[in-house]
Amino acid sequence: MTWKSTTYSGWGRVLKATGDIARPERQSSLEACLTDGLVPACGMRRSYGDAALNNAGRLIDMTRLDRMLDFDPESGILEVEAGARIGEIAAIFAPLGWLPAVMPGTGLATVGGCIAQDVHGKNHHHMGSFCQHVTTIKLRQAKGVTSVTPDKTSTLFRATAGGLGQTGVILSAKLRLIPCKGDVMVVTERRIDGWEGFLSHLDQSTATYSVGWIDATATGTALGRGILEEGETGAGLVPKRVKMRKVPLDAPSFALSAPVVRAFNGAYFRRVPASGRTVVKPISDFFFPLDKIHDWNRLYGKRGFHQFQCVVPLASAPALRSMLDAIAASGLASPLAVLKRMGPGRAGYLSFPMEGYTLAVDFPNGEAARTLISRLEGMAVAAGGRLYFAKDSLAHGADVAAMYPDLNIWRNICAKADPEHRLMTDMVRRLSLRSMA
Amino acid sequence: MSETWIILGATSSMARAFARKVASTGAAVLLAGRDTDDLAHLALDCTLRGARLSEVLGFDARQPDGFAALIARLDNEPGTLNAAVFVGSMPAQAEIDANPALIDGTVTDSFTGPAHFLQLLAPLQEARKGGTVVGVGSVAGDRGRIGNYVYGAAKAGFHTYLSGLRNRLTRAGGHVVTVKPGFVDTSMTWGLPGMFLVATPEAVANDLWKAVTKRRNVIYTPFFWRYIMLIIQHIPECIFKKMKI
Repeated sequence: MTWKSTTYSGWGRVLKATGDIARPERQSSLEACLTDGLVPACGMRRSYGDAALNNAGRLIDMTRLDRMLDFDPESGILEVEAGARIGEIAAIFAPLGWLPAVMPGTGLATVGGCIAQDVHGKNHHHMGSFCQHVTTIKLRQAKGVTSVTPDKTSTLFRATAGGLGQTGVILSAKLRLIPCKGDVMVVTERRIDGWEGFLSHLDQSTATYSVGWIDATATGTALGRGILEEGETGAGLVPKRVKMRKVPLDAPSFALSAPVVRAFNGAYFRRVPASGRTVVKPISDFFFPLDKIHDWNRLYGKRGFHQFQCVVPLASAPALRSMLDAIAASGLASPLAVLKRMGPGRAGYLSFPMEGYTLAVDFPNGEAARTLISRLEGMAVAAGGRLYFAKDSLAHGADVAAMYPDLNIWRNICAKADPEHRLMTDMVRRLSLRSMA
Repeated sequence: MSETWIILGATSSMARAFARKVASTGAAVLLAGRDTDDLAHLALDCTLRGARLSEVLGFDARQPDGFAALIARLDNEPGTLNAAVFVGSMPAQAEIDANPALIDGTVTDSFTGPAHFLQLLAPLQEARKGGTVVGVGSVAGDRGRIGNYVYGAAKAGFHTYLSGLRNRLTRAGGHVVTVKPGFVDTSMTWGLPGMFLVATPEAVANDLWKAVTKRRNVIYTPFFWRYIMLIIQHIPECIFKKMKI
């Protein structure tokens, strides 16, 4: 059977869609799915909201078109089908001394998904965004296959990078890998006592990879406390990852109630000695810490969850502090909260990054959380910041236009690339991304 | 010792996962199937995963005239020759009921075609004093059921063939693994109603590889299908014939 009727959701499990999904295993069967016209494509659906949903329509799951096609050890350029997962590329190439230049927080994201969201990683301040290391994208458009490159077809490239799949179906791409020392990470973890300290540590960090975990339940003088992790690749021997753990059922709602999260965060903070420590771990444990627990989104129970992620310019750091204040005061946050410094690198019209600080916090779904998030969104817009399409499930179209100044350029290119609007997804409709202003 | 694997029916997702596993051990992989354009992609993938050599060969279970060329190609490789058989076809029983001529194709794809090939390969394996054959059968071959008894019968025949081949190759230091997968998440089962406890092709490939290295004889994958089938096989026929499972 080619098309399977099913109800599916994004990673946050709040927004759902019902429709037909095909999962071709060969290029020829993919072509067969597109004979009636273009259909939006999805990868592992690790976007939290509705970026990969197409309610009452069709969707193509690209995850079985996942082969690596060519690697040039001179230039480090890897050609790979869109459904290949970043973590698998890293697992195969790191022992050979190569890594994808940019890796998102889950290794389960596909190359196609990383392009469509122009994702960033723990080295954004040095290496920029994912698509800045993509040299060619093979795009299936209504009239056939187009090779899109940053030089020769720069506008289409910039509309495709972070373009939410609206310019065509991404078939394959060439990625520039970067040399690494091996498949081991040397990670320095240090406790950070409060907000100001966190920012100055992030500003001064010279590490190749850095990420901050923040205790979003801490208030008062402890506000903004957390752990800064700085990593470098290395070679050596570390114990192999323990077996994947699974979440057998949806967790009950008290599992993430305020006292539980506060207690967990306190323990997690004190896990690192006050003097800090340096540990050695497999690269996958550093880059993709949550992938060890399969289906961890079930920990939030049936109601699902939201992630709020915004970036604000460096000068708006105080606004970010006010957001954290509001989050801590609400007592709604889950243990998953991340603070990072970003560089200016971005490859597309709708790319998320800007030079500044980015804060990401998960919230179990509920009325209070939704109200808080919409307040946070307002604060982000007022601070000159923007929201991340890979995470969002609650924003409104008017806010988005303010956050993405190149939106109209992108709209025009999409209107040419997909004049029949066949590639629209639930997110594109919710945020009126393709409606001409 | 250099190892060579020929994978018959290499376009299936189970075969793809197994080919990748084999490639990562540094063996040579010969990918045989009908969609050679698609297999060309898999061959590139296998090379990047560490295969000593990977090559695409045309193979159609219904065209036995082409088998000799494949055998000759295999014979060119040094060391141990191994084969993994993933071919098979499962038309809906209702289609077969409407057109009984479909039985021939089903039996050829799932049993006699691959058996014919393995029969040609066996003397080479005997001459080289070793080699492993992985034959993918099905839990459907353990008992005939109203839902797919033609496919089940073909796979049952294949199981019996593999058992005999094991008996033969063991004498020459070779080995045969019979694999009986339950529901696997492939394009064949995509969207079919009534699927449960579905295994990923990667999990199945891991089980297969473990069975190869441990020289297991008959495996079910995932393992619990052994117990499910144990129960199904022990339902008395007078009751079973009235059941619809």
